[in-house]
Amino acid sequence: MSFIPHFSVHQVFIAPWTTDISSYGWIMLMTFLVGAACGLVGNYLILRRMALMGDAISHSVLPGIVVAFLVTGSRGTVPMFAGAVAAAVLTTVLIEVIHRHSVIKQDAAIGIAFSSLFALGVILIAVFADTVDLDQDCVLNGELPLIAVSPPMTLAGMTLGPPAVVRMGCVLFFSCGLILLFYKELLLSSFDPALASAMGLRSGWIHQLLMIWLSITVVSAFEAVGSILVIAMLILPGATAALISDRLVVRLGWSLVHAALSAVLGLHLSIGLDCSPSGAAVVAGSFLFGVAWVFGPQDGLVSRWWSRKEGRTETLV
Amino acid sequence: MDLSDRSSSLTTAPIGEESPLEVHDLTVAYRKKPVLWGVDLRAPAGKLIGILGPNGAGKSTLIKACMGLLPASAGWVKVFGKPINQSLLRVGYVPQRESVDWDFPVNVMDVVLMGRYGKLGLFRRPTAADRSCARDCLERVKMLPFADRQISNLSGGQQQRVFLARALAQESDLYFMDEPFAGVDAATETAIIELLHELRHQGKTLFVVHHDLPTARNYFDWLLLLNMRVVAFGPTEHVFTYDLLQKTYGGRLTILSEVAEAVRVKEA
Repeated sequence: MSFIPHFSVHQVFIAPWTTDISSYGWIMLMTFLVGAACGLVGNYLILRRMALMGDAISHSVLPGIVVAFLVTGSRGTVPMFAGAVAAAVLTTVLIEVIHRHSVIKQDAAIGIAFSSLFALGVILIAVFADTVDLDQDCVLNGELPLIAVSPPMTLAGMTLGPPAVVRMGCVLFFSCGLILLFYKELLLSSFDPALASAMGLRSGWIHQLLMIWLSITVVSAFEAVGSILVIAMLILPGATAALISDRLVVRLGWSLVHAALSAVLGLHLSIGLDCSPSGAAVVAGSFLFGVAWVFGPQDGLVSRWWSRKEGRTETLV
Repeated sequence: MDLSDRSSSLTTAPIGEESPLEVHDLTVAYRKKPVLWGVDLRAPAGKLIGILGPNGAGKSTLIKACMGLLPASAGWVKVFGKPINQSLLRVGYVPQRESVDWDFPVNVMDVVLMGRYGKLGLFRRPTAADRSCARDCLERVKMLPFADRQISNLSGGQQQRVFLARALAQESDLYFMDEPFAGVDAATETAIIELLHELRHQGKTLFVVHHDLPTARNYFDWLLLLNMRVVAFGPTEHVFTYDLLQKTYGGRLTILSEVAEAVRVKEA
């Protein structure tokens, strides 16, 4: 008897890549897709000091889901998704309105907007939809293990894979497309919004584009993997990449690497400890952040200590 | 907005050609409190114009409102005879150095290339021609050797030169610069003023927010003395007088002694 479950090297490290690949493969792929999509948009959130926006949105989608259910009477994916995205966009608009038209700063406005919308959702459920089951564990950790057993999506006779994975793959593709198309605009409006506006680039539009992108990413990932993984992956890949590189393109690449490593390490951890794969992926992702913090090439604790020891200090001309 | 509006109160500029910047009765308020009140100007082309005034006089507000970054409560602005949103590509901007995060993950070249974004438009990437233009601009501010340097590893003066190179890359005809001399070393200050004179010789019009009274007289062709309203706008030799400066800066003693000193130097 111990706190650590029975441990078998074969079961934890080998089986997921061999006999059990058909189920664990989908889980790893899904975790990677979520981490990659969230990480890409998260890089921009971090640069614009809006890292907690994702946290806010993942709470405030609740009333949107409830209203969509009340209006359509169905729990189908399409109405839920539409309601959630609408609520997410409403949240970002509300935050913007509060902080533009009052003395309240943005961080406080985020706190006001998401908590009140979340509370509204809770009340809506209690009053109108008491019979809808809302499993707290499911909200936090999602249903990652169920992905592999869900009926695969087919398109024109081709079997594509579990619907959640296909959807997340599309979101990642869409994210990469947005970055390729609007790289300049996102860069300039994040670095120097005043110059962007002076050049005729509507910073407000770019902000809204980013918010809609964030909402779609969060809502798509949310149902399958739960809020913990989404909120964590909006920040951890970008933050880890920021410790490794000081060029944006390189950071975007490193955040994909972080997402992939978190997915693989997280899966092994979750099998070994018999716990939620979402939670395990977050623990793995945090561990990777810690590694980058200590051993980062430019600003890591070790390289700082090393340069102090060597007495090498950068002199500015 | 008819022509009869341009009454005699609008100050001089060669008649017959479009003024680079024409401002009429511009009022800007921040939370119902006016920051600028009824500003009228008609700027001559090809001049280096300093904007002077005490803290809170609305110097930054004026240039931001001229570029359409802040909404006007009343009045209008025309740039080369057109509303600002039709003249954006002819206007270059150097914001205050502290207005951006210098830990941002870009290098010097990336920042200078941003100056080309306006002309590139949507969906197009900087070309080899844009890169070569950016390198020329860096060369002109003597920062070419730093092209690959991460921007957080620059001194204040170097950061300011990078901002100037970015403005040069905009290849504009009218420039607004918000305190380009703030916190820079003497060598950079000289380099910047030489560059501004060079731009002026190419026929560009430059509005420069400036803080230091003693140097203002030597640096600028024209001065705009501002304290919520336009106190005076005209050639430096006419405007840089004890009375007008006192009117601009009010009873602030330290500034007044600076004014007295500056005027004495001028008259000596």
